Amino acid sequence: MKRAELISRILIVVGILLAVGAPLFFWARTPLIHARMAEDGGWNPDVIQAEVGKPLHLKFTSDDVVHGFAVGQMDMQSVDILPGKVTDITLNFDEPGIYTFFCTRWCGLNHWRMRGTIEVSGSSSDPEPATVPLYVSLKLDLDAPHDAPVVPNGKPLAISGQSLETNLPIDQSAEYYRSHSPYEVFESLQNTPLTDGQRWNAVAYFWQSNTTSESLANGRQLYAQNCAACHGENGAGNGVFADDLVQAGEASMQSMSGAMNMMMQAPVDFTDPRRMLGASPALLQGKILRGGMGTGMPMWGSIFTEQQIWDLTAYIYSFQFEYEK
Amino acid sequence: MAKIELTRIPFIKNALKSRYPQLAVFIVMLIGYIFAILAGLIGTPVGSHNFSIVFVWIAWWAILILVAVPFFGRGWCAVCPIPLPGEWLQHGAVLSPPDKRPKWLNLRVPKMFRNIWLQNISYLLLALFSSVLLTTPNITGIVLAAMLFAAIGLSTVFERRAFCRYLCPVGGFIGLYSQTAPIELRIKDKQVCVTCEGKPCYNGSSAGYGCPWDVFPGGLTKNTYCGLCMECIRTCPHDNIAVNLRPFSADLAKPSTRMDEAFKAFIMLGSAIVYAGVLLGPWGMFKDAAYNVGSSAWFIYAIVFLAIIFVVLPGLFTLGILNTKNTLPLKQRFASLSTALIPLGLMFWVAFSLSFVLTNASYILAALSDPLGLGWNLFGTANAAWQPMLTSILAPAQTLALVVGLVWSARTAQKSANEAGTSSMPVVIYCFVATSLMLWLLL
Ligand code: SF4
Ligand code: SF4
Ligand code: SF4
Repeated sequence: MKRAELISRILIVVGILLAVGAPLFFWARTPLIHARMAEDGGWNPDVIQAEVGKPLHLKFTSDDVVHGFAVGQMDMQSVDILPGKVTDITLNFDEPGIYTFFCTRWCGLNHWRMRGTIEVSGSSSDPEPATVPLYVSLKLDLDAPHDAPVVPNGKPLAISGQSLETNLPIDQSAEYYRSHSPYEVFESLQNTPLTDGQRWNAVAYFWQSNTTSESLANGRQLYAQNCAACHGENGAGNGVFADDLVQAGEASMQSMSGAMNMMMQAPVDFTDPRRMLGASPALLQGKILRGGMGTGMPMWGSIFTEQQIWDLTAYIYSFQFEYEK
Repeated sequence: MAKIELTRIPFIKNALKSRYPQLAVFIVMLIGYIFAILAGLIGTPVGSHNFSIVFVWIAWWAILILVAVPFFGRGWCAVCPIPLPGEWLQHGAVLSPPDKRPKWLNLRVPKMFRNIWLQNISYLLLALFSSVLLTTPNITGIVLAAMLFAAIGLSTVFERRAFCRYLCPVGGFIGLYSQTAPIELRIKDKQVCVTCEGKPCYNGSSAGYGCPWDVFPGGLTKNTYCGLCMECIRTCPHDNIAVNLRPFSADLAKPSTRMDEAFKAFIMLGSAIVYAGVLLGPWGMFKDAAYNVGSSAWFIYAIVFLAIIFVVLPGLFTLGILNTKNTLPLKQRFASLSTALIPLGLMFWVAFSLSFVLTNASYILAALSDPLGLGWNLFGTANAAWQPMLTSILAPAQTLALVVGLVWSARTAQKSANEAGTSSMPVVIYCFVATSLMLWLLL
C-alpha cells in the first residue's frame, strides 16, 4: 500500500473515532437533570442524593418549554430552566431530610405534578420537634361539605366593622380565629343588637386584624406564583388551566387513562361566599397542605412552610372581605 | 453566450485533478456528518439548540438551496459525505485504485429502477414527515445514519453509486435544478472521444475509477446525473474533460422527455407551495395537522399534499396544454413543456427558504458553541439570542426571487414550446398563477 493511502486511512479512522468518541465522552461526563412536562416524564432523575454541609452542584436543562426550579420549604429564589440551555444551581442543606423540589413555571396542565425529591443525609444540628398541623389536632374532615348557610349581600367591609367590634364578645386569640369559619363567628354574634350586615362587617374586621399587610403581601405573591394558574388571578377559579382541568376530568370518565386524570375538576372559586365563609383557616390550611387527592389540587405540605400557608389562607380570604388598603 | 473553460486555469485544473484537496474536504465533511448523527442521538432534544437540526436543516439547507444548487449545480454532491464510506469500501481504497480490488457483488441496478422514481418516493417520504424530522434531533440523527448505511449497503451490492443515482432523497432535486446552474462538466472535443480506446472515463483505469455516477462523460448533454466527482478529469488520457462556466439554465434548451423527471418538477413545485402555506401561512389548523404525524388530521394533510403534487398541479397543467394543436403525443408535450417549471420551482424554493433560513439563522451561533446542549461555550456564542435576520429585506428579496423565477420560466417555456412546435402561452399563464399564489402565501 502506498504511504499516502495509508496515512489517509489512518486520518479517516481517527477522524471517525473522534467524531463518535468525543461527543459520547463529554456527554457521559455531564450529568444533566432533564426537565420535561409532567406528561412526558417530569424531572429526570427525580430523586437526588445530597449530604448536609456539602454543596450540591446540579445542572439542569429543559427538553421542551421553560420550566422553573425551586426547593420547597427553603429560602431560595426560583431559577428558570430554559429549553436546550444548561442552568447551574448550587444548593446547601443544613438539615437532613427529604426535600421536595418543584417546577415554578406554568409549563402545562400537569405543571404541579412536576416534582422530585432531594434526599439529604447527615446529622441534624437542632432537632425540631415535629408539630401536628392544626387541622389534624382539630380532627377536621377536609372533604366534608362546609358551605355557609347564610351569606352577606355584598363584600363585608372591615373598616365599617372596626368601630363595632371593640365591645363585641369575640375571643381575640389566634387559636379561635384559626379554628372558626367566618360564618361561625357571624353566628356567635347572634345575640348582639347588630344588623346582619354589621355583623358581617365585624367579622371582616376580625379577619383583617388577624393578619398583617406583610402576610397578605407574601400570600399574594405565593398565590400569583403557585395558585393563579388554576384558581385565576382574581380567585374566580378561572385560571389559564381551569378549562383544561375540567376537560381532563370529563375525558377521564370516558377513557382508559382515567387513573391519571381521575376526578380532575374545575378549580375552586374563591370568590364564592358560600364556600369560603363556611371554611375556617384551619380547614383551608388542611386543604392546601394535603391537596385535593386527585382533583388536580396539588399537595403543598412539602413545599410551603407553615407560615407560608397561613399567609396564603389570609390572602385567600381577601377575595371575600374588603380590607383597608 | 460563450462558455469559459475554467479548467484552463492551471490552479483550478490541478486542484480538481489532485485527489488531496477533495479528500481533505471529504474527511472534514464526514466527521461533521457523523458528529451530526451523534448530536441528534445524544444531544438536547430541543431542536433549535441541537447541532444536528441547526447545522443540517438550517445551515446546510441554506447553503444548498441558496448557493450550491443555483450556482454550482451538483457542487454539493462533489463534497457530500454520505456515499463515501460505501464508495471507499467498493473501491478498496480512498485514493487511486489499488492493485487488488475487493470483490463485492457489483451488480447492475435492475432496469426498472434506473430512473428517479425511487428518489421521488424517498423525497416525498421525508417531505411528509418533515415537520417532525426538521424539529426532532433524534429523528434527524436516525435518518442521517440510515442514509449513510443505505449508501454503504447499496455500494456493496450494486456497482457505482447506486444510492446517489437512484435513492438519495436530495440527489433527485439537486440533479433537476443543477440544469439551471452556470457550471458544467463536459468534454472538449467529441471527435477525441469517438476514437478514444477503452473509454477509461467510463470503464476506469489505473489513474482512476470509471464514472461513479454511471454516466459516459463523452455523451454528457446535461448536468442532471453528473455528480462533479472529477474522476473523469483524472482518468481521461486525452485531457478531454473541461469544467465550464456557462449561461444559466443552458441545459433547459433541450427539454427532457422523461416522466420521472417531469414529475420531479411538479413534486418540487408542489412541495414548495404546500410548505409555504403550511409553515408560513396563517392557518394553525394546517400546521397542527402537519405536526401531528400519525393523527387522522395528518393523514388528510398527507393525502392533500400528494393530491396537489400528483393530481392538481399536473392535472391543471395537462388541461392547459391539451388544446395546443400539435403533432407531438401529449405525454411528450407534457414532459418537455414542464421544463419551464424547473427554474420556477428553484426560485420558489429560494424564496421560501429565505424566510425560513433568515428567521432561524441566529441559532447557528449558539449551536456552534454548544452543539449538544451540554452547557458548553466553545466560542463564547452559546448565549447568542434568537433574532430573525435581515427582516427588512426579506419581503423584497422574496418578491425578487419569485419575479426572476417567473421571467426565467417564461423564457424557458418559450424555448421548449418552440422546440415542441406549440404555443408557450398556457405554460406561461400556469407559471404566472403559481407565482401569484406563492407570492400571496409568502407575503
Ligand atoms: S446524490 Fe445524495 S448522497 Fe449522493 S452525493 Fe448527492 S447529496 Fe450526496
Ligand atoms: S476518456 Fe476522455 S477522450 Fe476518452 S471517451 Fe472519455 S472523455 Fe472522451
Ligand atoms: S466521472 Fe465525470 S461525468 Fe462521471 S460523475 Fe464524475 S465528474 Fe461527472
